[in-house]
Amino acid sequence: MFISNVHASGFQSSAVETSATLPLQGTQIAAQWDQLYLFLVGLSAFFFVLVVGGMIYLAFRYRKSHSPRATYITHHHGLEALWTAIPTVLLVGIFIWGWSVYTKMIQAPGDAMEVRVVARKWNWQFQYSDGRVTLGELFVPVDKPVKLIMSSEDVIHSMFIPNFRLKQDVVPGMYTTIWFEPTITGKHQIFCTEYCGTGHSEMLAKVIVLTDEQWKTWWMGKKISATIPFAGIGGIAMPQVQASASGGAVKLSGLALEGKALFQTKTCTTCHSDDGSPKIGPSLKGVFGHKVELADGTSVQADENYLRESIENPTAKIVKGFQPIMPTFKGMMSETEMNAVISYIKSLK
Amino acid sequence: MATIEKHSPATPSGAHHYLNHGKGLWSWLTTLDHKRIGVMYLFTVLTFFLVGGLLAIAIRIELFTPGRTIMDADTYNRVFTLHGAIMVFLVIIPAIPASLGNFILPMMLGAKDVAFPRLNLASYYIYITGAVVALTSLLFGGVDTGWTFYTPYSATAGIGVVYVLCGAFIAGFSSILTGLNFIVTIHKLRAEGQHWDRLPLFCWALYATSIIQVLATPVLAITLILLVFERLTHIGIFDASLGGDPILFQHFFWFYSHPAVYIMILPAMGVISEVIPVFSRKPIFGYKAIAWSSFGIALLAFLVWGHHLFVSGQSELANFIFSLLTIFVAVPTGIKVFSWVATLYKGSIHFKVPMLYALGFLELFTIGGLTGVFLAIVSINVHLTDTYFVIAHFHYVMVGGALMAFTGGIHYWYPKITGRLYDEASGVWAFIFVIVGFNLTFFPQFIVGAQGMPRRYWNYLPEFTTLNQLSTLGSFLLLAGFVWTAFYLWRGLKHGPLAGDNPWNSLTLEWQTPSPPPHDNFAIDPIVTDWPYAYRAENEK
Ligand code: HEC
Ligand SMILES: [Cu+2]
Ligand SMILES: [Cu+2]
Repeated sequence: MFISNVHASGFQSSAVETSATLPLQGTQIAAQWDQLYLFLVGLSAFFFVLVVGGMIYLAFRYRKSHSPRATYITHHHGLEALWTAIPTVLLVGIFIWGWSVYTKMIQAPGDAMEVRVVARKWNWQFQYSDGRVTLGELFVPVDKPVKLIMSSEDVIHSMFIPNFRLKQDVVPGMYTTIWFEPTITGKHQIFCTEYCGTGHSEMLAKVIVLTDEQWKTWWMGKKISATIPFAGIGGIAMPQVQASASGGAVKLSGLALEGKALFQTKTCTTCHSDDGSPKIGPSLKGVFGHKVELADGTSVQADENYLRESIENPTAKIVKGFQPIMPTFKGMMSETEMNAVISYIKSLK
Repeated sequence: MATIEKHSPATPSGAHHYLNHGKGLWSWLTTLDHKRIGVMYLFTVLTFFLVGGLLAIAIRIELFTPGRTIMDADTYNRVFTLHGAIMVFLVIIPAIPASLGNFILPMMLGAKDVAFPRLNLASYYIYITGAVVALTSLLFGGVDTGWTFYTPYSATAGIGVVYVLCGAFIAGFSSILTGLNFIVTIHKLRAEGQHWDRLPLFCWALYATSIIQVLATPVLAITLILLVFERLTHIGIFDASLGGDPILFQHFFWFYSHPAVYIMILPAMGVISEVIPVFSRKPIFGYKAIAWSSFGIALLAFLVWGHHLFVSGQSELANFIFSLLTIFVAVPTGIKVFSWVATLYKGSIHFKVPMLYALGFLELFTIGGLTGVFLAIVSINVHLTDTYFVIAHFHYVMVGGALMAFTGGIHYWYPKITGRLYDEASGVWAFIFVIVGFNLTFFPQFIVGAQGMPRRYWNYLPEFTTLNQLSTLGSFLLLAGFVWTAFYLWRGLKHGPLAGDNPWNSLTLEWQTPSPPPHDNFAIDPIVTDWPYAYRAENEK
């Protein structure tokens, strides 16, 4: 393969291991996670020794032969208050610490590179913004935030990257996301961790973290991309294609461009424009990321899942001022096509 | 003493008791005697335990090496599903309440039977029907969904899953009816003088358990029926491709199945609360705190189901609330554990087999509880959930907790149920095998889970081999311990020395009558004059 200087298996075989019991720390957040985890291990060891050590000591100290008569003791309010209060305080402290780590795990930076993930029995497919598709290998640059927008074609799967201490279920009919900023180049193991049938334990993949230089070559070079398992969609996927949309103002690349083509073939253009002028349905220009007023008087923030719902289940939320006449496209587009169309709608700023 | 009742001292072997009250199989199958129903439950549960246990051994053998060892992936998936479903629905949930609880609870209250004896027998047959229906699935190629039946996978799996779901649905009613029966029994049939603050802790624990059974099980029933309904009619409820919501299923499922965890562990805690004082010759420390903490746990049980969904795609706000509520489960649990240990202080400890199991319970349950705190913290949960860490955690709680207490309870009440004693030395040795085997089986799973090995994996990375082999080794020790236990308990039925009424010198009412007890439990209705833990010097012989 072209990435010859990437060490063969980054998984559990690097010098940066915190301890034998945990995988490699592939991100900064993984290091923070490990701190909390090891603290909990220490605290548990303390309480284990206190309880079980105490139990063994007391049981032998007061065994029948040494203590033929027991003392009649029924309770002690002070002690009971103590072993209610101390654990409560400790637990709340741990919770706060745990939550602060979690908030970092879920807040993706705005400039994160987006990769769309499609899970299916039993492989992982990755779609990049330029329209490229890889199977079983997710290529990302080192030290750059990456956000995965994931959906499933069949049952629930779960994306688990032990080196990044990350896991998120991938659910049919909706998008879930995770993000990470890898600090170590090389291959990192991906497992599927939601039971999905016969091939569940073989539903593996790798995150391949490239150096800056490797990444540039991979991202730019057609020569390299040709050596990657590569499947275009509908024959129109070409990396790095630049074109103008109808108004001439919007620049589209790969995935969004595919989406634009699909927007026509799937007849969305009958009812939707991309230039702001309403037709039978609202124009989709500038919808993403903005508030949409609904017919029932409420409003909703248009995110990935809203767009998806609008296409699969159009009557769930009706846009104010329009009739509920949009047909459902559920089952009429593959996950990969859905991703392309949504990328296109997102690009209509 | 807890009672002023007097009766004949030893049990002459020709005496009249519940075992010879009626003769023949038919007298058993139609009995309304809570003791006989308890014994029937006991044998049935133990039979299923044997089946579930052998399936577990098959799992461990398969995982001895990565890739195929003795079976292919499809078989493996059926085996672990059957293991989980049998152990949860047919073994651990009914184990203590339906067998020991049925036998002991009315006697502890000084009652002649449960409040509704006919309903009690009906519960048993409902349970058997549920089991049979569930196992019918084997004729249709088995089920490979896991005992959690997550949609949409279970919506597309083979037809067998419909039988398992219907079976679990039916068995659920047995659980509801037993719970109902116990609640009424505890309210209505307590002996004269047995005020609430004189109720043994085993009864308190069964009371709290019954509340959960009655309130939570219907939700499972509804969920399972909706799933069957969706499969048969193709009306979208949980299946996204039909317009349903797969995560909704998880909410419904865990709304029952998290409380179910406490259906399994609360009665176990009740057994421990009886055994420790008896073999320490001392009152239980903090009676009120232990009784109330059962209800604290029962209440929290209903508010924390979302901790099973931290990575499912539920909202961050939900994660926050469920994580916060979950950590508080550790508080009442801690109160119990500390109280049990404190009971030993200045006691006079008799290292008899039931006591060994109680101490073993404390060791295993402490590990199970502490690792529960790990999983309650969302950020920590993200990495550990759906890995072997979770498998290890819940086996420490379910097997190390519930089953150890069940085994301890069987030993403790064995003389009462059978009228004979088992061989003490065999018991000690078998216990050593069980405790060593258990830790060797499940402790390595914490480590391999933290390293990243996912659960329900038929195949695994070679890095994980050593720890898996240790675990398999441990499972053989565990098996040896249980086989040995079965052997000497069986032998004791015929060859054990006569136990006498009260071999452990316990103060609770079930011991203040002959062993095995007469059909009506007590010759004269007992009157309670003190609490059940009055191990004062003047009461000690
Ligand atoms: C028959 C006309 C029609 C067709 C064809 C149609 N839509 Fe729509 N669409 C509508 C109407 C009318 C609305 C507004 C009412 C509603 O919310 O259902 C709408 C709403 C939407 C919205 C929500 C817009 C907002 O402002 O919140 C999205 C997104 C959308 N459609 C995408 C699509 C896509 C993608 C396609 C093609 C795959 C498509 N539509 C095809 C009529 C149509
Ligand atoms: Cu899977
Ligand atoms: Cu739970």
